[in-house]
Amino acid sequence: MSTLLEVSGVSVSFDGFKAINNLAFQIGERELRAVIGPNGAGKTTFMDIITGKTRPDEGRVLYGEKSLSLTGLSEARIAREGVGRKFQRPTVFEDQTVAENLMLALRNNRNPLAVLFSSPNRADHTRVGELAEEVGLTAHLGRKSGELSHGQKQWLEIGMLLAQEPRLLLVDEPAAGMTPAEREHTTDLLVEAAKTRAVVVVEHDMAFVRRLGCKVTVLHEGSVLAEGSIDHVTQDEKVIEVYLGR
Amino acid sequence: MTDAALTMPRRAFIQRHPAVLVFLACLALFTLAVTLLAEGTGTGVISTSFVKTLGKTLCLCLVALAMDLVWGYCGILSLGHMAFFGLGGYAIGMWLMYARTEIIVAESLAQAPLPPTPDEIRDGIATQIFGVVGASEFPPIWALAHSLPLQLAAVVLVPGLLALVFGWLAFRSRVTGVYLSILTQAMTLALALYLFQNDSGLRGNNGLSGLQNLPGLGDVPQSTVSMWFFWASAVALGAGFLLCTWIVSGKFGSVIRAIRDDETRVRFLGYPVEAYKLVIFTVTAVIAGIAGALYYPQAGIINPAEIAPIASIYLAVWVAIGGRGRLYGAVIGAAFVSLLSTWFTGGQAPDIPLGFYTIKWVDWWTVLLGFSFVGVTLFAPKGIGGLFDWIADKRSPDRHGADLGPDQGALREQEAER
Repeated sequence: MSTLLEVSGVSVSFDGFKAINNLAFQIGERELRAVIGPNGAGKTTFMDIITGKTRPDEGRVLYGEKSLSLTGLSEARIAREGVGRKFQRPTVFEDQTVAENLMLALRNNRNPLAVLFSSPNRADHTRVGELAEEVGLTAHLGRKSGELSHGQKQWLEIGMLLAQEPRLLLVDEPAAGMTPAEREHTTDLLVEAAKTRAVVVVEHDMAFVRRLGCKVTVLHEGSVLAEGSIDHVTQDEKVIEVYLGR
Repeated sequence: MTDAALTMPRRAFIQRHPAVLVFLACLALFTLAVTLLAEGTGTGVISTSFVKTLGKTLCLCLVALAMDLVWGYCGILSLGHMAFFGLGGYAIGMWLMYARTEIIVAESLAQAPLPPTPDEIRDGIATQIFGVVGASEFPPIWALAHSLPLQLAAVVLVPGLLALVFGWLAFRSRVTGVYLSILTQAMTLALALYLFQNDSGLRGNNGLSGLQNLPGLGDVPQSTVSMWFFWASAVALGAGFLLCTWIVSGKFGSVIRAIRDDETRVRFLGYPVEAYKLVIFTVTAVIAGIAGALYYPQAGIINPAEIAPIASIYLAVWVAIGGRGRLYGAVIGAAFVSLLSTWFTGGQAPDIPLGFYTIKWVDWWTVLLGFSFVGVTLFAPKGIGGLFDWIADKRSPDRHGADLGPDQGALREQEAER
């Protein structure tokens, strides 16, 4: 399996505090990976660096077969290169309908003039219908997304990410605030998504990570503490000490 | 797919946007009524000066549309759109003044024993126009003033280019919110202060005057000219409404509303947010310039005070009172508040004697307007446009200040069904 994203020697500090310290991370083309770690381990900063929100002080972030360096690109450019990101809080456009939200996310030309002078075609509408079906929101297409429940908003956001057709999907605490049934649905969505792309799930909840059944990377104080299967890392003494054994 | 109807709006543009038809019908009826009642074309119930007031109001409605697009839809509280409006006025005013002075100078020199040379005529025009600021040479910016097509191009290009350059600098450095408003206000103030100078080349605080007289049409009475401009303003407003509806209705509109609500999220969807803002800022500046070019020939005079930041703040107040985020709201707000303002400040509103003090509306109108603005912002954020929702029973839930959903801002299902 070829490498899709390679992060090496990345460090970043805020006002002297080293949020990320010489971090190395790799993920393959079609891989599901969970990233866990205690609060302040640098999980969100790690995502910020990949998506271009934060520029690292040093280190390389290489992406794709052409080894494109992501460190100098804008957020929008990185997103167009195929990196999708889901935030912890569901961020959908509440004033717009579910269909409009999905339409916004569809992988199409993002140029303002192209968007102004084109209108969605039949294929786009069909795709929106399929996506709604996939995340279980077919019955809600015409509703304003602000009216959806918390879990439905999370799914809508996942649907929007799928619409972007990213090659790398970064998901921040997808199961936060969900009911057990909703968690199960979310697990299925993520496992399914990882069959066609790379998915990185940042998660706090060990039970949820266990259900994902994938390789786990443990972050601590801005660098990788351990990596391997969930059973492997939960038996690692360092991991137990800093994270699990509290 | 069962929800094809929801996701596939394949109907005609007008059908999808009934507001357009209603708006255009109202505008046509209004125009017809004024035409039938005006001094120049009808019974004369409406005086020429009031026709001009109504025509100017239509231009203000057009610039309010632009403001609604940039603020209500894209979330950029620009305090510079009346500056673009003024620049449009200056651009057309230069030609009007030049061409009319040219005719006067040519007439007076025609009586001389020798026919005047083009240079003599040009000098004569310069002396006439710039004598008031103690100059007799044409400044470089008047180089194109002799040509109507070029000055008409300037109506579009000058505000457009200024908006493009200013917007590029401001958006690129990701200045947003109140800081962006302050920046646009600074631009407006700088422009006004520059124009106030006598050596700015645009006659300083005298501004350009006599713009109501169309060159070569001295025989046509103002009652007729006023109707021409009234009709042109009505057509421009109708076209502007169509254009704005088209812009905000499609996917582009969806993107700019998304930018207004959560700019960061739109960026992570891959949209170049700055480019979208720049397009909207520039397009609306051009609309404002065109509105200004139609307004000032009806007003007859333009001076730098018209460009001062307060004008743009008034514009924001009109849009807020009318209801931002809906195009007809902006039009209603601009028409309602500016006509009311004309009534109050024109001395027609009766004074209120309180015994110890008499409220003179000429002085107190701005206070009333200020309180209305605060009132609307606090108690009726949807503005006058919200009345239409109320009539259509499209009420938003009364939250009594409490959060309802699991997350802030979420609506409850049963409320949504109403």
